[in-house]
Amino acid sequence: MVCNCTYEESTKYLEPLQEILKNYQTIEKNLVPILQDVQDEYGYLPRDILSEIATYLDLSLSQVFGVVTFYSQFHLKPRGENIIRVCTGTACHVRGGSEVLEQIQEELNIKNGQTTDDLSFTLETVACIGACGLAPVIMINDETYGRMTAEKVLDVLGEYIE
Amino acid sequence: MDKINLTIDNKDIKVPPGTTLLKAAEKAGIDVPSLCYHPDLTIHGACRVCVIENLKDNSLLASCVTPVQNGMELSTRSMKARKARRRNVKLLLANHPNDCLGCDRNGSCELQDITHNLGICREDIEEIQGEVRKVPRDQVGPALKRDPNKCILCGRCVRVCEEVQGVSALQFSNRGFDSIVTTAFDLPQSEINCANCGQCATVCPVGAITEVSEIKNVWEALEDDNLHVVCQTAPSIQATIGEEFGYKAGTVVTGKLIAALDKLGFDRVFSTEFTADLTIMEEGAEFLQRITKNENLPHITSCCPGWVKYAEHNYPELLNHLSSAKSPQQMFSALSKTYYAEKEGLDPEKIYTVSIMPCTAKKFEKEREEINASQSKDTDAVLTTRELARMIKEVGIKFEMLEDKEYDILMGKHTGAGTIFGTTGGVAEAAVRTVKEKLTGEPLNRLDLGFKGINKAEVVINDKIIRVAIVNGLKNAEKILKEVKKGQSNYDFVEIMACPHGCVGGGGQPLPVDEKTKELRGNSLSHTDRQSVVRRSHKNPMIEKLYSEYLKEPNGSKSHQLLHTSYKKRAKN
Ligand code: SF4
Ligand code: SF4
Ligand code: SF4
Ligand code: FES
Repeated sequence: MVCNCTYEESTKYLEPLQEILKNYQTIEKNLVPILQDVQDEYGYLPRDILSEIATYLDLSLSQVFGVVTFYSQFHLKPRGENIIRVCTGTACHVRGGSEVLEQIQEELNIKNGQTTDDLSFTLETVACIGACGLAPVIMINDETYGRMTAEKVLDVLGEYIE
Repeated sequence: MDKINLTIDNKDIKVPPGTTLLKAAEKAGIDVPSLCYHPDLTIHGACRVCVIENLKDNSLLASCVTPVQNGMELSTRSMKARKARRRNVKLLLANHPNDCLGCDRNGSCELQDITHNLGICREDIEEIQGEVRKVPRDQVGPALKRDPNKCILCGRCVRVCEEVQGVSALQFSNRGFDSIVTTAFDLPQSEINCANCGQCATVCPVGAITEVSEIKNVWEALEDDNLHVVCQTAPSIQATIGEEFGYKAGTVVTGKLIAALDKLGFDRVFSTEFTADLTIMEEGAEFLQRITKNENLPHITSCCPGWVKYAEHNYPELLNHLSSAKSPQQMFSALSKTYYAEKEGLDPEKIYTVSIMPCTAKKFEKEREEINASQSKDTDAVLTTRELARMIKEVGIKFEMLEDKEYDILMGKHTGAGTIFGTTGGVAEAAVRTVKEKLTGEPLNRLDLGFKGINKAEVVINDKIIRVAIVNGLKNAEKILKEVKKGQSNYDFVEIMACPHGCVGGGGQPLPVDEKTKELRGNSLSHTDRQSVVRRSHKNPMIEKLYSEYLKEPNGSKSHQLLHTSYKKRAKN
């Protein structure tokens, strides 16, 4: 087990999970909805919590892991407060999307798919946001920013850096 | 029901409804190549290597999944079918490491055979070579190692682990190009709920799951003049190793096996059947005590380390039902470095113990911390049947020309009861033989328990009915264990073996293997038992000697120190 906390702390940690599990019968088809609720609650899917879910549903941890890694909506690592999505669709690519991506990686010192150590940003790429007219496009949380350049993107990021 | 008529390669075939085209083709004398299909597992239908052509509409059908229909006209060898098969195999090779020369399955790999048979050559492969996966390998051991880069995603290991073992330690993870078959968080198989039984390694068509080899260590020991190298061969090996040298499945080659080990340079060649007899003495005494006191029933066997690990993960509350007797392998090793050392005047530190096992879980077992009774490690190395065969081949011993030899007597003498430990039902049968005769003075007629799933028998001993059950395959064990947990079982003695058909079907046995092969191997061991002069463990003269000169009595203090062990709860997930 990764967790080093005391018994008190660990039961506290599991309390929200127990509350969620109360709403579900122990049948396999409840796995995905449980995972969704748990991710809403904990922000991601910690390994200890997945073990508990597996045992609750009489599944093996590997089975649960298989499902979690199949869906891109689920995350095994903590996520940043702000989620940056850089579009790498054809239109954005042609108009310099990759330079924008590189600039963000450099500025935040993380790679695509990673989260900053202070948990303020998570960087992801998406295939197409559907705003090709504004290419290259990035999204931060629910906000869309179009016609990005390597310089402009720094200003946008600045709005989110405390 | 009416049979279905169809033609395959212009030959008229009649088969029952529901038969697959692959099976129907077999009847027509054709082995259609296949990869994700395995005769003992459910059907997956993913690789499409088994396609054949429907001549009526020129469509291609995956023969392993498609059921026969009346009037079908099929060709297994049309240009279209052959081309499609080649294309599908080439696609598998496109992102395969193609590392045959360095692969453990070189020579026994199904992908290699099919590639060769389909005439796929280097140019074909170069033409399509794509990106090869580069994910980390699991080489932690001590039993199994995995190289997911070689995996062709056939799912056979996933199915055997779920359908036969009920463990589901391996699963498909991720998606698309990143899909791999792995454990949760890619953890090593020794650290998760995996039983280490190696069934996944026996169904894997390629070299993606194999045993951790200890051949090198054994050669080093054999070449070290300071070491006295003792080996034990598990009961099932004599009925399986012949397959590696071209004998038909089920041929018993005991004498040649001993001769080969002798030639390899082992100082003593002994048999685990000797300590199987000893297990019966110890476990029998323990069982007698339990039925007299009516406690911890059913008594459950503990000689299979795959089952023991499974129990520790899944049924920690039932661990007090397991016999505290060590497995025959561990009893043997403990005695090698104590009793045998004393008898021969050898320094235990200079004794190196090698066991030839059908089993990968035995490699895990020897590493258990609480298992050692001598000053050093009791079992130094475990070789699977496959590994031993490789050593014999390495030095070019002509197996079929070997003159039969016999086991060294002190710890090689055994009874038919010890022999049947290698097949399902054997331990229960051997135990009841001894217990019944000790209590009543009457010999037991054979229990003749069946092979598949769960088998039950009742034996009357002094007006008391003893209910015996034998189970193989951990998924089957689950049914009985759930009953025991709920207090709904009325069994007195339960034998559990992790592998289908018991050790003859173990994870370290020769490949390829299916139910039929396992049955032939098991039948041979039963036959050997019937031919044995002594068939009851307590009548083994060397066991009598061991007790009179060393251990004194079954379940006595010396036995407890050397031959018994404990178990620990492990996390379920
Ligand atoms: S060793 Fe046995 S339990 Fe472990 S993954 Fe393989 S089949 Fe499953
Ligand atoms: S590891 Fe072997 S058996 Fe399992 S899916 Fe991959 S190729 Fe098939
Ligand atoms: S049944 Fe035999 S071969 Fe299989 S895990 Fe158990 S001891 Fe090993
Ligand atoms: S063997 Fe038929 S689809 Fe794989």
